[in-house]
Amino acid sequence: MFNSYTTSTLLYDSELCINCGRCWEVCPHGVFVPDGKVAQLVNSQACIECGACALNCPVKAIVVESGVGCAAAMIQAALRGQKMESGTCGCSEDSPSTACNCG
Amino acid sequence: MNTPSNQFLHSTSTLTFKDRWDHFTARLGWQRTTHHRVNPGLYAIGNPNPESPVFVTANYTLSFDAVRSTLKDMDAYILVLNTKGINVWCAAGKGSFGTYELARRIEQTELAKVVSHRVLILPQLGAAGISAHEVKKQTGFVVKYGPVRAEDIPEYMNTSKATTEMRQVRFALRDRLVLIPVELVNLFLPLIAASIVFYFLGGWIAVGAAAATVWGVPILFFLLFPRIPTKDFSTKGFLVGLFLALPTAMVTFLLHDSNVWFGLLKAFPFLLAIPAVGGFISLNFTGSSPVASRTGVKKEIFRYIPVMAWLAGISLVMFLASAILAWIGVSHV
Repeated sequence: MFNSYTTSTLLYDSELCINCGRCWEVCPHGVFVPDGKVAQLVNSQACIECGACALNCPVKAIVVESGVGCAAAMIQAALRGQKMESGTCGCSEDSPSTACNCG
Repeated sequence: MNTPSNQFLHSTSTLTFKDRWDHFTARLGWQRTTHHRVNPGLYAIGNPNPESPVFVTANYTLSFDAVRSTLKDMDAYILVLNTKGINVWCAAGKGSFGTYELARRIEQTELAKVVSHRVLILPQLGAAGISAHEVKKQTGFVVKYGPVRAEDIPEYMNTSKATTEMRQVRFALRDRLVLIPVELVNLFLPLIAASIVFYFLGGWIAVGAAAATVWGVPILFFLLFPRIPTKDFSTKGFLVGLFLALPTAMVTFLLHDSNVWFGLLKAFPFLLAIPAVGGFISLNFTGSSPVASRTGVKKEIFRYIPVMAWLAGISLVMFLASAILAWIGVSHV
């Protein structure tokens, strides 16, 4: 209780890994570490689902439902009748929404 | 290689007073995404030659200036992508700092003719929008991810390596404090609106409570973030709100001029409403933190928003009940 951040949508298939090192290079939370042969998934609780590892994995060994963990954006999307996952917070539009924390 | 200098734009590694003023106003959220933009394109810093390194960044002044100010005594290029005035990480999350924009900008600036090498140095946090192997395939350029923070660029260039420490995002006191001003500004209009309503509901004490909550929450939340003993943003905000509500509730109780039960009825709603509002405001800080995943934020929304609504509803009923009781004179029995 009081910890909503214990699980993530990150999935990793080490059998596909070619040890290119991109995942532990791009991860800002040390979720992956090198161990010489393949990348090791060591800290999936720290994953914030930014999607950098999956996007930069050339053999698609990593899958994650990536998105921005921004409640303001999700609540706004829900209020406009859009999916909460749509990520259409309008921050990067020419007339951005005022509740945005990006910048 | 013959490259006319008008092919790229020029900038320096020196920040002027005008730049500092721009950063100051950006931190206050003043014309945030409309007036803090750099023209996208290829910039020359110093006197770069075809072997000089190419750094890639967003067209937000804070991002561009963070990079160029670290390139002192260095000749380099900065390729500025059009992220519509949004910083690298947020823009990467939305895809505007992305593979497509990077490939397009490489083509448009004819970067392959300007430099003889085929290496780009990207900010690590841009990786959430960039697929390095896809960039290689489409443009021939190899993507190297530099450190998370621009301040580590000099060391990265000296050692050609980003340490584990350089690859981690931080949410230290310094990183959190800079977020407070823009939140205070964002909350200013809600604060005025709440103050007017609260003045009519409960006079100046209530206005003070509203102000303390709306502005006290971001200040205490970011100041104390790691010390507030829960993990979720909503519950952290709830605790901050409870702390802020105590003086208001105490003062309301002590100033009541009637029986004890009526005093409690008047004071108690503050202990419900202010934590609920604090929780809601804090939940909205998830987007400005580097630690909240979408899965977690979604859980928080479904877990806590109903609770916040209940608390606010109950406190409103109690508040109205105390107002009605006072009006019909029951409170003085």
